[in-house]
Amino acid sequence: MIEQSLPALAKALATKEISSVELTQLYLDRIARHNPQLNAFITVDPARSLAQAHAADARLARGEGGPLTGIPIAHKDIFCTQGWLTTCASKMLSNFISPYDAAVITRFKAAGAVLLGKTNMDEFAMGSSNETSFFGPVKNPWNLTCVPGGSSGGSAAAVAARLAPAATGTDTGGSIRQPAALCNLTGMKPTYGVVSRYGMIAFASSLDQAGPLGRSAADCAVLLNSMAGFDERDSTSLDRPGEDYSREINAVTDGQPLAGLKIGLPAEFFGDGCSPEVMQLVEQAIAGYRKLGAETVAIRLPSMGLSVAAYYVIAPAEASSNLARFDGVRYGHRAPDYQDLNEMYSRSRAQGFGAEVKRRILIGTYVLSHGYYDAYYLQAQRIRRLIASDFAEAFRQCDVIIGPTSPSTAFKLGEKAADPVQMYLSDIYTIAVNLAGLPAISLPCGFAGGLPAGLQLIGNYFSEARLLNVAHRYQQANAWHLQSPAEL
Amino acid sequence: MKQWEVVIGIETHAQLSTQAKIFSGSSTAFGASPNVQANAVDIALPGVLPVLNRGAVECAIRFGLAVEAQIAPRSVFARKNYFYPDLPKGYQISQYELPVVVGGKLSIQIGEVEKVVRLTRAHLEEDAGKSLHEELGHQFVGKSGIDLNRAGTPLLEIVTEPDLRSAAEAVAYARVLHALVRWIGICDGNMQEGSFRCDANVSVRPVGQTHLGTRREIKNLNSFRFMQQAIDYEVQWQIATLEDGGRIEQATVLFDPDSGATRAMRSKEDAHDYRYFPDPDLLPLVIDAQWVDRMRAQMPELPAAKRDRLITDYGLSAYDAKVLTTSLELAGYYEAAVAAAGKSNAKACANWVTVDLAARLNREAREISDSCVSAEQLGGLVARIGDGTISNNIAKRVFDAMWNGEGSSADEIIARDGLQQITDSSALEALIDEVLSANATMVGEFRAGKEKAFNALVGKAMKATRGQANPQQVNELLRKKLG
Amino acid sequence: MSLTPEQVRRVAHLARIEISDPEVHSTLGHMNEIFGLIEAMQAVDTTGVEPMAHAQDVAQRLRADRVTETGQLDEQRAAFQAIAPETEAGLYLVPKVIE
Repeated sequence: MIEQSLPALAKALATKEISSVELTQLYLDRIARHNPQLNAFITVDPARSLAQAHAADARLARGEGGPLTGIPIAHKDIFCTQGWLTTCASKMLSNFISPYDAAVITRFKAAGAVLLGKTNMDEFAMGSSNETSFFGPVKNPWNLTCVPGGSSGGSAAAVAARLAPAATGTDTGGSIRQPAALCNLTGMKPTYGVVSRYGMIAFASSLDQAGPLGRSAADCAVLLNSMAGFDERDSTSLDRPGEDYSREINAVTDGQPLAGLKIGLPAEFFGDGCSPEVMQLVEQAIAGYRKLGAETVAIRLPSMGLSVAAYYVIAPAEASSNLARFDGVRYGHRAPDYQDLNEMYSRSRAQGFGAEVKRRILIGTYVLSHGYYDAYYLQAQRIRRLIASDFAEAFRQCDVIIGPTSPSTAFKLGEKAADPVQMYLSDIYTIAVNLAGLPAISLPCGFAGGLPAGLQLIGNYFSEARLLNVAHRYQQANAWHLQSPAEL
Repeated sequence: MKQWEVVIGIETHAQLSTQAKIFSGSSTAFGASPNVQANAVDIALPGVLPVLNRGAVECAIRFGLAVEAQIAPRSVFARKNYFYPDLPKGYQISQYELPVVVGGKLSIQIGEVEKVVRLTRAHLEEDAGKSLHEELGHQFVGKSGIDLNRAGTPLLEIVTEPDLRSAAEAVAYARVLHALVRWIGICDGNMQEGSFRCDANVSVRPVGQTHLGTRREIKNLNSFRFMQQAIDYEVQWQIATLEDGGRIEQATVLFDPDSGATRAMRSKEDAHDYRYFPDPDLLPLVIDAQWVDRMRAQMPELPAAKRDRLITDYGLSAYDAKVLTTSLELAGYYEAAVAAAGKSNAKACANWVTVDLAARLNREAREISDSCVSAEQLGGLVARIGDGTISNNIAKRVFDAMWNGEGSSADEIIARDGLQQITDSSALEALIDEVLSANATMVGEFRAGKEKAFNALVGKAMKATRGQANPQQVNELLRKKLG
Repeated sequence: MSLTPEQVRRVAHLARIEISDPEVHSTLGHMNEIFGLIEAMQAVDTTGVEPMAHAQDVAQRLRADRVTETGQLDEQRAAFQAIAPETEAGLYLVPKVIE
């Protein structure tokens, strides 16, 4: 059962092969058994989850089930969930019981999905290894001495270890794709504005986007069908006609399903900076795509190399402002001792935030401050425009851009924790996508040294259905994504 | 001794008369119990997001049209970052580099001279909550209580160029602006409740110096009287400081009405780096020409235009025209009264509105909007004076009767109480004959040369007519009969 | 470029994060390394490039001026304040604000 796809689970539930309560209990048992080693979940609440499963069973019995009704889903602890602890993996919110639901949670509830638990993450989604969590690091199920990636590391580890059939994540600079790559999963960052940000605790508002983490592109399409949609409460949510992200996947094709597809290979993705083992697997995958009928074209993304620099101005700038609301007045951590208002603020924040979060707040405060704004913030925004223009130009020549998701496979716990710059560079291939607001997906493309590597596909705005299909056709022809880690 | 020139610029925060807050669906109503009108967005729960209220934008467009400013086709919301307990997000959403209203001007009257005050800009922003201190009582010594009901109330911040040269000019500007925002219906102007608050940037410089002196900003002036006092004090203080060889440091100051002095605020000392940047949660506000045209079509006639029209169309004095255009309600009342009374009675209507009605409203502390006599009723009354049906004195009685609800129209009261003027001279002559025969002694005294006796006879005659005769006519008839 | 300890302290104060002297120095080191990465931007001539603040080039959507927050507002306040560090009589309490 734990290897079943989401459509297969939906069928098993619909045909009463298994009940939602049984399925939920199965995963709760696995979490109880394996989470102490993995630390993938911050909060599980079996009673609540099972109550939702009962309700889902009743709904299924009435014949009102949908593709996700009764299926347990794990949610990143960045989504506000009414009545549940919602911590963002921070001491600051370690006591925060959310009084409301995020849009994503509401949509999954409406679909009848069961909330299986809240997953660990980098604190406030700031990190690429899940080591900045106040609740401790998450371990990679493929190798417990390695990181699962981040910031959606708990979601990735949970799905990879079969502690959840699927999960949600958020991606500000690669936080869905990079852990997907490091844990042998499929993860998608949709076009900015496709999934509502309402109730998703903001890190960098102009870059943050929620998306699915699953075992296959087909599962991700099912999840995205539930997550995506206009929300009038989010000014950046795009009011577009609804679409079925599975439609291309479900279309019948012949032996060359991707005939005519033009895949762009940017020189900037194939130079230095990527480990040879990962690069070899990426090249193999490209060869696989040619077999499926795709042709490749060489393209350039000349400003790509500046994406990390621009990102580490824009994201901290927005974060420094977004995190100002955590002041110990209305919710969250308040320092026990203080003499006056300023001390209350500065101690509560010094105690409530971890080192990486503080570092980014300070950088963000600095680049916005008087005398530095033009040289840093505005310059970064101009470079952001150049990067977006690069992609616009590239998509005149190709349909999809391919490259590695991460320059390496999972690194060791602690290996980069003390070196922020090395950590930041692990996102060199993912960040530009967020700056441009494009959709991208990471899918498994093989193993090096027993650790999975990820292939990244980047599409033009609103090309989610196509990207999912391009990933799906590869997964039809290859079985990397079906590999699971040894049982712990 | 040096001659000093005073330079003042005013920033006004006008709370906009919308139903809901600028970025959330909470009510803006004043006076609710603390924090019940503060929803998830207003208290800045993690994850919440702002969505802009169309009504607030329309208020800004109306203002821009009223002051002949440019309505920016594209404006941008920015975050102004600072920590303060009444600012739940740790930043205020405001407009910085690209405001919605650019430029504009407003005319003020200084004695006989008209002066044009240039506006720099007007921008939309959200109000903060309130910090309560002493109100909390003794059990909370050392603490402040935060009420976020006001947080997120839409504000239009209206900024002038440093064009004002005295406290009197500043107050004149503030009054004209206050009347205008109420006139165009974008702000209730309630200064006690904080709906209209001014900050004054004050500096002085030696006459002839071209560059501006260092300014100090007096915050939160919530009455015209305090504005006058605060600026007067501040100007004297700055001049005295400079003449004593001191220097003015840029500062934010508060006016204390009890001491009549200004003092520097402690809390804002380090708050000069607001780290403005475009709010990533809000997209650029786009206002197309069609929208502006639709708003223009809905604009009321503005005070200056109406004033001119009252003078030329109705022949009113400049003074009456000015008084009648102090508010849209008053001007509307007046024009409705004229519509009922007829244009020939326009001047009489002006007198009734500015004198009799104003006095009565004032005595009962009522607003024109809840006058007990409607404009139609008053117009009907003035019409009856104009056509000679009743005298001015009788009219006052009819007005009282209408005010007290003793009749729905002047005509009804006049007919019911038989108050119409006696214009039939034969009936009047008969009455006068009766008076003369009943007061033979007085007639004798008059004939003996006592002019006072004539006045007494007029009084007797008027009394006999219950005041309904035309005094002029009574006078003439008496003279004739006694002559 | 290279930051000074004073700049780190000033930024920490602006951000209301208490920072000890040893922390100033370790933070300074990290920030300088990160700015080393960021400095790559400065070599690029971006004259005439329009800054990009949003991923999508769309205009702000507007909501109707209508109160949508209705219902049990007292209960909502109670729910919000149940998670607050210190409240009294419906107010959030903080150390005295000095104006």
